[in-house]
Amino acid sequence: MSRLLLFFALFLAFPAFAQTALPPAPYADRQLDDPAMEAKATALMHTIRCLTCQSQSIADSNASMASDMRSEIRERIARGEEPEHIRAWLIERYGDWISYQPTVEPILWPLWAAPLLLLGAGGALAYGRIRRRRNAKS
Amino acid sequence: MIAEAGLAALWLAALLAGAQLLFAWAAVAKGNADALRLIRPVTVAQGVLTGLAMTLLIILFLRSDMSVYLVAANSHSMKPFIYKFAGAWGNHEGSMLLWVAVMSLAGAAVALFERGLDKRTHIATLGAQAAISLGFYAFLLLASNPFARLDPAARDGQGLNPLLQDPGLAFHPPTLYIGYVGLSVAFSFAVGALLTRQVNARFARAVRPWVLAAWILLTFGITAGSYWAYYELGWGGWWFWDPVENASLMPWLAATALLHSASVLATRDALRAWTIMLAVVAFAMSMIGTFLVRSGILTSVHAFAVDPTRGSFILILLGIYIGGALILFALRAHTVNEGARFDPVSREAMLVINNLLLCVILALVLIGTLYPLLTEMMGVRVSVGPPYFNTIIGPIALALMVVLVIGPMLRWRKDDAKLLLRRAAVPGGLALLALIAIVGLSSRAVGLLPTLGLAVAAALALASLAPLWKRNLLRTPLFTYGMVIAHFGCAVSLAGMASESAFSSERLAAAKPGDTYEIAGMTVRLDSVMPFAGPNWTAMQAALTVSKDGRVIGVAHPQARFFSDPPTPTTESVQMTRWNGQLYLVLGEALEDGRWQLRIWWKPFVTFIWLGGGLIALGGVLALIGRVRRERRNSKAQASAAAAMVAA
Repeated sequence: MSRLLLFFALFLAFPAFAQTALPPAPYADRQLDDPAMEAKATALMHTIRCLTCQSQSIADSNASMASDMRSEIRERIARGEEPEHIRAWLIERYGDWISYQPTVEPILWPLWAAPLLLLGAGGALAYGRIRRRRNAKS
Repeated sequence: MIAEAGLAALWLAALLAGAQLLFAWAAVAKGNADALRLIRPVTVAQGVLTGLAMTLLIILFLRSDMSVYLVAANSHSMKPFIYKFAGAWGNHEGSMLLWVAVMSLAGAAVALFERGLDKRTHIATLGAQAAISLGFYAFLLLASNPFARLDPAARDGQGLNPLLQDPGLAFHPPTLYIGYVGLSVAFSFAVGALLTRQVNARFARAVRPWVLAAWILLTFGITAGSYWAYYELGWGGWWFWDPVENASLMPWLAATALLHSASVLATRDALRAWTIMLAVVAFAMSMIGTFLVRSGILTSVHAFAVDPTRGSFILILLGIYIGGALILFALRAHTVNEGARFDPVSREAMLVINNLLLCVILALVLIGTLYPLLTEMMGVRVSVGPPYFNTIIGPIALALMVVLVIGPMLRWRKDDAKLLLRRAAVPGGLALLALIAIVGLSSRAVGLLPTLGLAVAAALALASLAPLWKRNLLRTPLFTYGMVIAHFGCAVSLAGMASESAFSSERLAAAKPGDTYEIAGMTVRLDSVMPFAGPNWTAMQAALTVSKDGRVIGVAHPQARFFSDPPTPTTESVQMTRWNGQLYLVLGEALEDGRWQLRIWWKPFVTFIWLGGGLIALGGVLALIGRVRRERRNSKAQASAAAAMVAA
C-alpha cells in the first residue's frame, strides 16, 4: 500500500519536476565542459537512486526520470552548487530513499556502528581463544 | 501426458525421500540391516526421478506446449531454441524444480561416490539430505507446481523477459543453483557428523571435496553473473551491490570461510566446532539467498521471477532447518572438543583471521541488504547502496588480502615472527614500489582505496607464488598448485577492480554520423545508424570505427533493441577488448534533431576482474582433482595394507 502511494506521489511529482528541466533535459547525457565539475556531478549521480527503476542509480539508468535528474544535477553543479546541497534538496523533495549514501540520521547509526562492533567482537573472540590456548600450553 | 508424467515422477520422488529419511533413522538409531541395504538404492532412484521431471519440463518448453501454464506464461513459440531451453528455469517454478533436482542428484552422488566417511555417519548424512529435500518437495508440490495445466490452452506464450534473452542466462542460474545446493551437502555432512559424534579430521577430509565443488560453481557463477550484468545492463558497472547479487555473494563468503576452516580441521584437527558452525551458516545463506530472490521482498534489477506469498514458505523451511541444526549443535557442542592447539604466529592463526574477516564481511552484506526492510517496518524508507558497501567493505576486504599475503608463508602450528618479517620483505617492498609509482607517475588524483588495492595486488601476486619457492615443481601436489593459482587469481581480480575504479574514463555525446570522439588515445567515429532486424526483435544499429594513431583497430556495432513480446527496449553494448583494457560502447536513444546518444568508456584492465575470478575457480578445480586423487590413493593403500595383514 505504501509503495502504491509512493508511486502515485511520484507520478504527481514527475510533471512538476519535468517542468523545471524542460525543454528536454539538455545535460542528461552531455558532459560538463569542466572535467572537475563533471567528476563532481558524476560522483553525486552514482549515489542517487533512480526512483522509477529497480536498484539502479540515476547514473545507470535509461529511464526518462533519471535523465531529467542527471540534467538537473549537472546544471546545478555548473551553477556552482555543492553536491551535498543538491543531495539535501533531493532528500527534502523525495525522502531519504533517494540517496544511496546513508545519511547520519539516528535510524542509520546501527548501520555505521555494525562494522566496528563486529570487528571488535570478532577480534576479542579470536584474541581470547589464541591467548587461552597459549596459557593452556604453558 | 508429459506434464502428468513429470508431476507423477515428482510425487514418487517425494515418497522416496520420506522412505530415505525413515530408513536412515532405522539404520542409524536401531541398527536395522534391511534399512541399511535399502537406503542407497532409494537415494539413487530419487535422484533419477527428479532428473526425469526436470528433463520433462525442458521437453515441454522445447515443444512450446501452451497447454501448460508455466510454458504459456514464460515462453513463446518464436523464441530461439536456446532460450526455450533456458526458459525452463528462467521462472519461479522451473528454478525451484531445478533446485530440487540438483539437490536429489547431489544426494545420489553422495550415496554412490562417498567413501571417506564411516558407515553410520554416511547414512546419517543421507538421512539429513532427505529431510531437507522433503521440505523443498512440499514447497514445489503444494505451492509452486511447475506442471500445472492451462485450460483452454493459450494461443501463444507471453514471452521471456528480454534482458534474460542472452546466452549468459542459459548457464548462469544453473551454475549458481548447483553451488547453493552443493552447500546443502556440506550441511547434511555436518548434521550427520553431529548425530554420530564424528566431528574430526576424517569428517573434514570427506566434506572438503563437496564444499570445493560447490564453491567452484559459486565462484564461476558469480564471476559470470558479474560479467553478464556488465555487458547486458549497458552502464559499464560490474557490481551493483544489488540484493540479488548480495544473495549470491553471501553463500560464497561463507563457503570460502568453510573451505579454509575445513582445511585446518583436515590437516591439523583444530577448529572443529567452528567448521560445523560454518557449514550450517553456509547453507543458511543459500536459503536466505533463495528467499530474497524468490520472495520478491527486495526490489532489485534482477528480481525477474518474484512472488511475495511464497516467501513465507521458504522462510518457514529456513527456520526449521537452520533452527533444528542449531539446536542439534547446542545439544552436541559439549561432545565436540576444541581440537588441536596452535600459536598466535602460525598458519592456523592467520586462517582464523581470514575466517573472522570473511564472516564480518558476510554479516555486513547481510545487514546492509536487510536494513532497508527493518527501517521500512518503522515507517522510514532508506536506501543502502554502493556508497555504503564500498566504503565499509572495501577496507575490510583489503585487510583480508593482506592476511592472504602473509598466511601461506607461515608454518602450521608455530612459526617465528622474525622469519616471517624476512620472508615478507620482498612482497612488502614490491607493494611500496607500486605505491610510489602510482602516486608519482599518475597524472590524476587516485583514490586511497584503489591505490592501496593496486599495491596489495602487486604484493599478493608475488607472495601467492611463495608456496612453490624452492620446491620440485614436478613433485608438488596438484592441490598446492590449485591454492597458488586461486590466490594469484585474487591478486589479478583485485588489480582489475582497483584499476577500473581509479583510471576509467567516460565520454557522453549527442552524435551525428561523421562526428569523432577522443578517448584514452583512441578515436571513435560514428559512421552510420541503420535499422536492423533479429529473430524476435528489431533494432537501430550504429557503426562505430575505432582507430589509434591513424590505424583502424576495429568496427563496433552497438544496438538499441526493441523486443515485441513483451514490448521492451534494451541496449546491446559492444566491448572491444584490448590487452590493457576494454572500450565499452553504447548506442542510446535518438534525439529530436536526428542525433544519437553515445556512451563511450575506456576501462583499463577491467577484464582482469573476471580473469581473476576464472583463475580462482580454476585453482578450485585443480585442488578438487588433487584432493580426490590423494584420498583415493590413501584409501587404496589402506585397503592393500589391510589385505596384507589378513594374508599374513
